[in-house]
Amino acid sequence: MSNFFTTFPEMPNKQFREMKKGIDASYKDFAREWGDVIDAMFDPLLKMLVFFEKTLIATPWPIFMIVLVALTYWGSRNIKLCVGTVLAFVFIGYFRMWEETMSTIAIILTSVIMSVAIGLPTGIAMSRSDRTQKIVTPILDIMQTMPPFVYLIPIVMLMGIGKIPGLISVVIYAIPPLIRLTNLGIREVDQEALEAADAFGATKKQKLFEVQLPLALPTIFAGINQTIMMALAMVVIASMIGVKGLGQPVLKAITNQYFTMGLLNGLAIVALAIIFDRVSQSYGKRMQQHRAGANE
Amino acid sequence: MSEVKIKIENLYKIFGPRAKEYTNKVKSGIDKDELLAKYNHVLGLDNINLDIKEQSIQVVMGLSGSGKSTLIRHINRLIEPTEGTVLVDGEDITKLNKADLLEFRRNKTGMVFQRFALFPHHNILDNVQFGLSIKNLDKSESKDKAMYWIEKVGLTGFENKFPNQLSGGMQQRVGLARALAIDPDILLMDEAFSALDPLIRTDMQDQLLDLQKNLKKTIIFITHDLDEALKLGDRIAILNGGKLVQDGNAEEILLNPADEYVSNFVKDVNRIKVLKIGSIMNIDGNMNESNPSVMVDESIENCLPTMLESESGLNVLDNDKNFVGVISKNNVAEILRRSKD
Repeated sequence: MSNFFTTFPEMPNKQFREMKKGIDASYKDFAREWGDVIDAMFDPLLKMLVFFEKTLIATPWPIFMIVLVALTYWGSRNIKLCVGTVLAFVFIGYFRMWEETMSTIAIILTSVIMSVAIGLPTGIAMSRSDRTQKIVTPILDIMQTMPPFVYLIPIVMLMGIGKIPGLISVVIYAIPPLIRLTNLGIREVDQEALEAADAFGATKKQKLFEVQLPLALPTIFAGINQTIMMALAMVVIASMIGVKGLGQPVLKAITNQYFTMGLLNGLAIVALAIIFDRVSQSYGKRMQQHRAGANE
Repeated sequence: MSEVKIKIENLYKIFGPRAKEYTNKVKSGIDKDELLAKYNHVLGLDNINLDIKEQSIQVVMGLSGSGKSTLIRHINRLIEPTEGTVLVDGEDITKLNKADLLEFRRNKTGMVFQRFALFPHHNILDNVQFGLSIKNLDKSESKDKAMYWIEKVGLTGFENKFPNQLSGGMQQRVGLARALAIDPDILLMDEAFSALDPLIRTDMQDQLLDLQKNLKKTIIFITHDLDEALKLGDRIAILNGGKLVQDGNAEEILLNPADEYVSNFVKDVNRIKVLKIGSIMNIDGNMNESNPSVMVDESIENCLPTMLESESGLNVLDNDKNFVGVISKNNVAEILRRSKD
């Protein structure tokens, strides 16, 4: 009797072990059966990722720099940021991290494209029905709080080690803010503007594309910015399952206690993060300014 | 001219999840406060019957919460009625299916909102074009139409600006142009000038009256401002607690208020300014050649100097210069005394 209160009534050890084994075994069966099919499904994505990676690595560095500075200026209209970008890439190149950085940019690019392709429609669907919102929100909560290592296991069991499972785990980690902010942005659109659209006989689709999405764009863009940041943060963890890039040297540095190597690659990730963040934020801000008409 | 354009019949609107069940309670005489206290449902409109004549300005007025904004939204069915019909050109718009309702809104009604409700991400031209682009009208045609209305409301040169760069008055001109650009028969104006400061408001009222001379739209104008109502309205409907308490022209409302609510409402109106000679003249009198004459549809205020100088009263003439009655200081004195009671 006193035992009942001091230790929680647990599942017997044997049954517990069998339960775990059972679940593992059936998942393994599923993975064996469907792994290849699912792998094949993601083939186009792999091709896109490889294409980005190869193109970036093959591009001569001066051309890459020119394009990068042009993009930075187009996004931010900020000369200082352009100078900072050049300095960051001089640092990256001089300290022999160019190729890894290109790989990282390729995976960030691919996972952001994928995140937008999935996240935007999901966010729109969420904004249109409270029921969808109720179902999706807890899923997003799980995605944001579950330690990434936990969902790495089934992904690796299903698809093995490689670029695609890495990409999927990055997307799982990075997509929630985009979905949330798309939903929020659309829900926050001024009811009066919507009523006006209704009064003029706009269809649901016209309201979405003419009023809701354009007015929610700055918020959606803040979501994209967050997604980029989180994808970068995930790069080290994803390198554990075979994603090439700046994460791999960091991982190597951890296991071998190479302090300098870890620091340099870590700084390169930080540099990328700052550049992406500043450029996308100031682009987002400019979008809002245009809306307010203050840039006249 | 006097054809009925919009006929609202037995219109009820109750807000709440079980609205239909409570219509009978409302019909049996339960009022707004009681419905809210006992059943937690809000009575929006209580048995509204109103005929709105073609090409006239029908003002609907009342305090906030009286149901005026709810009523105007039934005409383009932005709000679904709980019971009753709204006939536009004899067609019951409460029965329209989705596609027909969209067509109706796209072609028959234009709406102007209290807080403008412009699209901040579109420039003025695109805002005015909105109703046209929704209809997938040919681009150059819709631009021509939009430019025409931008010019009509006096905003030429501003078509590439954004709403936030314009003053309130200018923004509402954009709202007006946007509504007129689709060339609707019916113009719904929901407290359209209430957010503007007094000088601009007077300006906009004059501009609306000026436009209306040529446009001859059927205008439903919501306001809580009695002076505005008297200035604009061919007819004025007064709502209180979702009920229509009176519908009449300015003189009827001022001289024969239907109940205490209306008489309280009109208590402070300057009758001399609003009332016309015709509404207080004495039709029994005889023409006196030696007296000066005034026109029947002039305001008392305008004739006051002549009236005060004349000892024996004035002759009143209609637009064809026919004698229709006489008027004297005493008529005016009586009106003033009555309004003080």
